[in-house]
Amino acid sequence: MSTTKLTFAKAINAALDTALEQDPRVLIMGEDIGKLGGVFRVTDGLQAKHGARRVVDTPLAESGIVGTAVGLTYRGFRPIVEIQFDGFVYPAFDQIVAQVAKLTMRTDGRHRMPVVIRIPFGGNIGSPEHHSESPEAYFVHTAGLRVVAPGNPQDAHDMLLQAIASEDPVVYFEPKRRYYESAEVDLDALASAPSMDQAVVRRSGDDVTLVAYGPLVKTALEAAELAAEDGTSVEVVDLRSLSPMDYETLTASVRHTGRLVVAHEASRTVGLGAEISAVVTERCFEYLEHAPVRVTGFDIPYPPAHLEEHHVPDRDRILDGIDHALGRFDGIGLAAPAGASVEGGAL
Amino acid sequence: MALAPSERNANSPYPEDSAQNCPRTLSLLSPEGVRVVTGEDAARVADIDDTALAALYSKMVVQRRIDAEGTALQRQGQLALWAPSKGQEAAQIGAAEAFRESDFIFPTYRDHGVIHSRGVAASEVMRQWRGASHGGWDPHEKNLAPVQIIIGAQTLHAVGYAMGAAFDGNGGAAVAFLGDGATSQGDVNEAMIFAASFKAPVLFFLENNQFAISEPVTLQSRTPLVDRPRGFGIRAVRVDGNDVLAVLSATRDALARIDAGEGPQFIEAVTYRRGAHTTADDPSRYRDTELESYWEKLDPIDRVEACLRSRGVDVEAVLATAGAEADEVAAELRAAVVSMTEDDPELLFAHVYSEPHPRIEEQRAEYLAYLAETGGDAA
Repeated sequence: MSTTKLTFAKAINAALDTALEQDPRVLIMGEDIGKLGGVFRVTDGLQAKHGARRVVDTPLAESGIVGTAVGLTYRGFRPIVEIQFDGFVYPAFDQIVAQVAKLTMRTDGRHRMPVVIRIPFGGNIGSPEHHSESPEAYFVHTAGLRVVAPGNPQDAHDMLLQAIASEDPVVYFEPKRRYYESAEVDLDALASAPSMDQAVVRRSGDDVTLVAYGPLVKTALEAAELAAEDGTSVEVVDLRSLSPMDYETLTASVRHTGRLVVAHEASRTVGLGAEISAVVTERCFEYLEHAPVRVTGFDIPYPPAHLEEHHVPDRDRILDGIDHALGRFDGIGLAAPAGASVEGGAL
Repeated sequence: MALAPSERNANSPYPEDSAQNCPRTLSLLSPEGVRVVTGEDAARVADIDDTALAALYSKMVVQRRIDAEGTALQRQGQLALWAPSKGQEAAQIGAAEAFRESDFIFPTYRDHGVIHSRGVAASEVMRQWRGASHGGWDPHEKNLAPVQIIIGAQTLHAVGYAMGAAFDGNGGAAVAFLGDGATSQGDVNEAMIFAASFKAPVLFFLENNQFAISEPVTLQSRTPLVDRPRGFGIRAVRVDGNDVLAVLSATRDALARIDAGEGPQFIEAVTYRRGAHTTADDPSRYRDTELESYWEKLDPIDRVEACLRSRGVDVEAVLATAGAEADEVAAELRAAVVSMTEDDPELLFAHVYSEPHPRIEEQRAEYLAYLAETGGDAA
């Protein structure tokens, strides 16, 4: 096993390069992905290496990008499309939810949809409106799609190759604020990598289960480290697959700890935290020592950059959520601090 | 609003066309059955002799019969819905006659004649209308996508297919069917942009049947629709969509240009939906009898019959043959529909994904267990 230090962006680039190299049916398409290498440089150098027919700069029309990708599957291609920013995906919403997601069922399984839709998502990058959103719940709610969100460069590489190999459409969310953070990556470890459907326990602990995905995995691990200094043992589950969700890993962890905190940047109402809380409550009711706690973005449109630090959960808000899950605020009359939902109170 | 029939340009069935506002409309067979035999457009269909014309006539009669049977089956409670195509036979049969097996077709829900021409079995065609499936046939076996219900979405799929053909260099073309309502959709405009930019081998075949459910084409566009593609850099022609020879000629020409590397082509076939939008629609609420009778005189089948008759063809024999074939197809349709029993609850879960999916498997097991417990009566 040999590793290379790679940024998140370079790990994705390496996976795209490998896929283009290995399978002539793979092509990538999107806005500014050619000469420019994408606005985040994720596709840097790929057009020069693989040509403009395989790394395709498209007109500025997201529905057009996804809709033509659907047509390319009829021709036998395995398209990987890049949506430039999370907030730009909505013009393609119909093609994704009414076409990409449904064509396999519409054709009684005779036509497969090996399409990967890459979407940089999440905030804290100081950008204008529409550049910092977390729209994953829309796609998780849509039957026919698989949705994943890697939380580190190794996963970014391996899960992208797994997504490209999938016969099903995969929406692949990239935590854009982590693009330029580096880690050691083994580019040849795919065979032993966990399936992209699986959640992974990143840190073992005994007192509370903390579930996060994408950009907040790192934040969650930092929060767990701080909690450990205070003597609280936090188990961090990196969800990775948002659809299907790995119930087994989630419930095994909560059965062990008896407490659940879910953190995500997306708004709270009908966000993934709601689903995870419901699943854990349904399946681990008798193990729970406290109501599940959600630490999330508020139910507001993504705020202007100067306010985003209040909206996006950080280490402190996650630690606060952990305190709630541990019942440290129960029965002492404190108002719930911002960002930590305690509906239901202590069991 | 549309001009009154009496004020319209006699050479154009397009409601907004006055003498001052009328793009050229290709016509090779007049409503009275007079055939144009000179000029390059006519030369493209010179091989259509009386026998071949009689064959086209039969295909149109069969389509009309399929359509009538579909409506009847729906009225009898055998189909969930039907989208009538009466009046659009020349547009569909004329276009389909020009297609090659290798052309990949992306139809709408009203293109019964096109679908029949691809050899799709009645048992497969009717599954969707019966409510047994959202599709019906194998798209790869027939080079025919499932019908599209989201207006205009299929045009992007056709363009994507054609982009693939341009990228892989292995030949082939795509055909996107669309209606006048679809031209207002963003997807259709995006499709034309992508098609032009990538010089994709794709034919946009617009059946302008004058109405999008109740909305007249004049609400979709104040200019003739044939004028739009030019703004995208796409060659467009307008044909009398009730003239099977004009449609065939224009479609052959378009496909030849695509094969020659000229890139995307666009045909506006001006026709008229003589029936309702679907069996759930009531056109008497939005169309007057003057308009209906105006278009009745322009019927695509009657004029072929008149032409054949004027040329001394034994039309009664042609009618008898066509009628017998139509009867056979209609009987097949009916038999296929009434024998459909695809209500196995397993089918709910079977094709949501191509690869195993734990949540689907779990819900499938849960529901089947529930059915077993309740003796299956709950469904």
